[in-house]
This record gives sequence, C-alpha cells and structure tokens, in this order.
Amino acid sequence: MDYETLISENTRKMRPSGIRKFFDLAAEMPECISLGVGEPDFPTPWDIRDAAIHSLEIGHTKYTANSGLKELRTGIGEYVGRKYGLSYNEEEIIVTVGGSEAIDLAIRALIEPGDEVIIPEPCYVSYDPITTLTGGVPVPVPCLEENEFRITAEQIRAALTPRTKILVLGFPNNPTGAALRHEDLEAIAEVLRGTNVTVLSDEIYAELVYGIKHESIAAFEGMRERTVLVGGFSKTFSMTGWRLGYACGPLVLIKAMLKIHQSCIMAAPTTSQYAAITALRDCDDDVEEMRKQYDLRRKYCVRKLNEMGLKTFEPKGAFYVFPNITSSGMSSEEFCEKLLQEKHVAIVPGTAFGAAGEGFARISYAYSLDHLREAFKRIREFLEEHKGE
Amino acid sequence: MDTMQLLNLLADDPRATVRDLADILGESEENVEKGMNELEQKKILCGYHTVINWDKTNIEHVDAFIGVSAKPERDTGYDRIAERIAKFPEVASLYLLSGTSEFMVSLNAKTMREVADFVGSKLAPIEGVTSTVTMFVLRKYKVNGVTMDMKEELKDDRMIVSA
Repeated sequence: MDYETLISENTRKMRPSGIRKFFDLAAEMPECISLGVGEPDFPTPWDIRDAAIHSLEIGHTKYTANSGLKELRTGIGEYVGRKYGLSYNEEEIIVTVGGSEAIDLAIRALIEPGDEVIIPEPCYVSYDPITTLTGGVPVPVPCLEENEFRITAEQIRAALTPRTKILVLGFPNNPTGAALRHEDLEAIAEVLRGTNVTVLSDEIYAELVYGIKHESIAAFEGMRERTVLVGGFSKTFSMTGWRLGYACGPLVLIKAMLKIHQSCIMAAPTTSQYAAITALRDCDDDVEEMRKQYDLRRKYCVRKLNEMGLKTFEPKGAFYVFPNITSSGMSSEEFCEKLLQEKHVAIVPGTAFGAAGEGFARISYAYSLDHLREAFKRIREFLEEHKGE
Repeated sequence: MDTMQLLNLLADDPRATVRDLADILGESEENVEKGMNELEQKKILCGYHTVINWDKTNIEHVDAFIGVSAKPERDTGYDRIAERIAKFPEVASLYLLSGTSEFMVSLNAKTMREVADFVGSKLAPIEGVTSTVTMFVLRKYKVNGVTMDMKEELKDDRMIVSA
C-alpha cells in the first residue's frame, strides 16, 4: 500500500504545523525552559472541578443531546448576553469539542471547493489547514506591526472577491495579543453589510483583555445574521483539557453545523458540560483573579523585552507577547532554534502562525513570574552573545 | 507605584527581595523600599510570617483554640479584656466573634499542661471572663491558605510547546 498517494489530495495539501517541529526539538531537552504553551498555567477553579466530580457521583455518564445540554446552552446564551449584549436562544447555540471543533464545523458547513476564506495573519494555526481540507482557498491578509496587528476594513475590502465566503476574525489574537477597537469593528461591519460573507469570529480570548472592554462583531448592526461567534472554556476558565467550546449563530447555519457534529462527534463530553454550567454561573471572580495575574506578567514581559532591545507591542488581550526580533539579524526560525539550542528556552517562531509572522516570535506568559524571570535572563544573555553578528 | 500590586506580590511571597519586587513592578528599588516603609508605618503591612508544619519536627508543641465567654464593660466594651488576653505571648491570634462565645483565642504552647495552666491561671481569672472552652488541635490540614500533608496537585503537566 502506498499511502503517500492514497491519502487524499486535500489532506496532503493541509499546511503542516510549524509548532510541531519546535515541540519535537524541545521534547528532547528535558531541562529546557518553555515559554511556548498556548494554554493557561492555572488549575481549573475548584468549583468547576467539584461540579464535574458531583456529576459523576450522581451518574451523569451518558451522551447528552447532540447540540449539548439544554441547561448549558441556556447558560451560554445568558453569558454572551450579559458580557457582550448578544441574544441567542438555545437553538442557536451548539456545544462543541473545544473552540477548534466549532471552527471546523463552521468552515465545513459553508465552504465549497474554490470558495475563499479571508484569514488575517498571523493567527491561530487551524483556520488555514481546515479551509484547505474542505477544498477552500485560504486568502491570507497580513496584520501589520505598525497597525498594532489589527486588520483594517480597507485590507478586507481589497481582499473580497465574488468567491469570498468567510472572513475569519481571531481577536483578541493568538499569537500577537492584538484586539480590535470599536471603530475597527464598525468599519469592518460596514464593508460586510449587504454581502454574503459570513464572519467566523473566534473570540476564545474575549475574557482575557487588559484595559479595554471586549466587543463582539455580532453585536454590531446587521452583523448578527452574518456572524458565527466561537467561544470556549479553555482559556477563560483554564479548562483546556476538558475540551469544550461553543458556537452561536443564525439558526440555519447552526443546524447545518449540528448535522456535521452529529456524524463526527455525537456530543461533547458530558462531564465537561456539567462542569461548564458552573463555570459560566459561578466563576467570574476566579476569572478576574487569573486575569489580574496575566496582566501583571504582561506588563513585565513588555517592559523586559523592550529593555533588552526587542521592540514589543503592548498586547491588549490573550496571554502572549509578540516581540520583533529583526534587530537580532536572524529570521524567526533561526532565532528560536538557536535560542533553544544555546539557552534551552523554547519560544515559537512567528512564522508558525502564517508568513506575516516573519520577524517575530511568540512568547507565552502563562507562566509564573519566577519562571518568566529566569527565561528572560537567558534571552538577554543570548542577545548579548549574538550582538553585532 | 501600584501599592495593591506590591501587597499582592508580598502576600504571595514575603521573601521576595526589594530587588525582585522592583524588577517585577518596573520601579526603582528606592521607590519600592519607600512604599514598603509607608505601608509598614500605616500598619497595613503588619508582618512577614512563615507557615511551619511543626508536626514534622521533633519539637514538642501543642496548639489549641479556646472559646472565651466574657461580659462587656461600660465605656470600653470588650476592648480592655481583649488587650489583657492579647498581651500573653503564647496567644497567637485573638478574635471577637458573633455566636456562643465572645472571643476565640488560638494558642501555641509546648505541652497540654502549659495550655491548662494558661487557661486556669492566666485566662479565666481575667476580670469579665465568665467561662472558657478549650479545644486541642489534633491535626492541621490547611493553615493560612497552605495545605499540609495532603495530596499535592500536579505542578505543571502541560506540553512543552502548543498552539
């Protein structure tokens, strides 16, 4: 059997993960200090874990409805209502296996071969390969440092073609930490109103913002009918391992996504769903406590990196900083590989998040201050040793 | 300087040096020192304490909680009685409570005999104290937010690099 030729063409064409390579390199270095993770360091708040344990004790061990527990979907509707002024009933909400599945479902439900998906880069790694898998065409648009890594309405307008089906908006952004402002969203909404383009708004980091208030594009006039809002529990409630996310959107689209979900997933994990009900209802204070800790680290990282000569934009959300490493004279990959080999510090090259990430690296601050301080000491040494090269 | 931030950092780690704190807060060491001095003077920063599990040492010790019923006095209420109780060095903490007894004393002593002597000859004779209930600590599970001798949570089992 020659699987090299048997594997479907679309699967072969999927962009390989740029993170995989670094994972393999770093995995061989048990003593390496990592700033490379895309998940919170805090344990899941105890109330949430307690709710999961209780659900198991009383025997909630069966499938739930395909779209998720009704109580959870109602809770999600209330949550996005109280946080972002949105209004979705439980029929317009689907509970998924992480935000990633919601992204997959939305793209697969909408894209036919040849359809274009506008993807502002750098961005989360799954939009591009999933688009390719469906036979769609990823259209990357660069978010620029001079514009604080925000996508502009003009860039989107210029990228629109009659084949454009989806605009992905992943803000607050992984890996840059950029967030869109009210006026950015309004301008983008203005470009899209009256088109047949659906916004895939990945707002998984919505609750981790600093000094600003998150707004969803779905709340803008005329946008609810053309937006799929993707949210999740992983980042907000530090629940990555629970694999739970959701999508809210227009009824017909959510029904189509549910059709795919029924066939490939059946239903999201039951225990996680019971835990999530408690998360949405009782854990605002826990989230706020974590957010404050991230904020302290964020400020620390920005200051330290700028001090050592790596120009670093002050991120507004998520838990990453995205320093400009061009002053080192190295490419992103080279910088990260050498830093790993020489100083045993693992960070991720910006190019892992799209070509627009060249010249940058992603540093996660989902680590204790002690950990960050040791890592930055090593990065400083690394820069000094390579000065003037 | 962000005073709340400074307090939070010290609450997490009272051993943090002025240099560490200055580095984390982005302040000069002088400013941090000045800030801490002010907080100490205002009695907002009241001490830098250590949580020790004495059960793991071979030092003899006994801890007890003593509920103390007392009658308030005209003019001073419970304050004068509280001051008298607090003066004894073996009293680790003292609270005025709602409920069945007025005060709760936590006591660090060496032996049960010492606790009994303290109650009998020092605490009960205080004017205004009407009765006491002594409860000996059998085992400590959590002290000042720190769990003791319980199953530790995993420190960090995340993958080294992830999206």
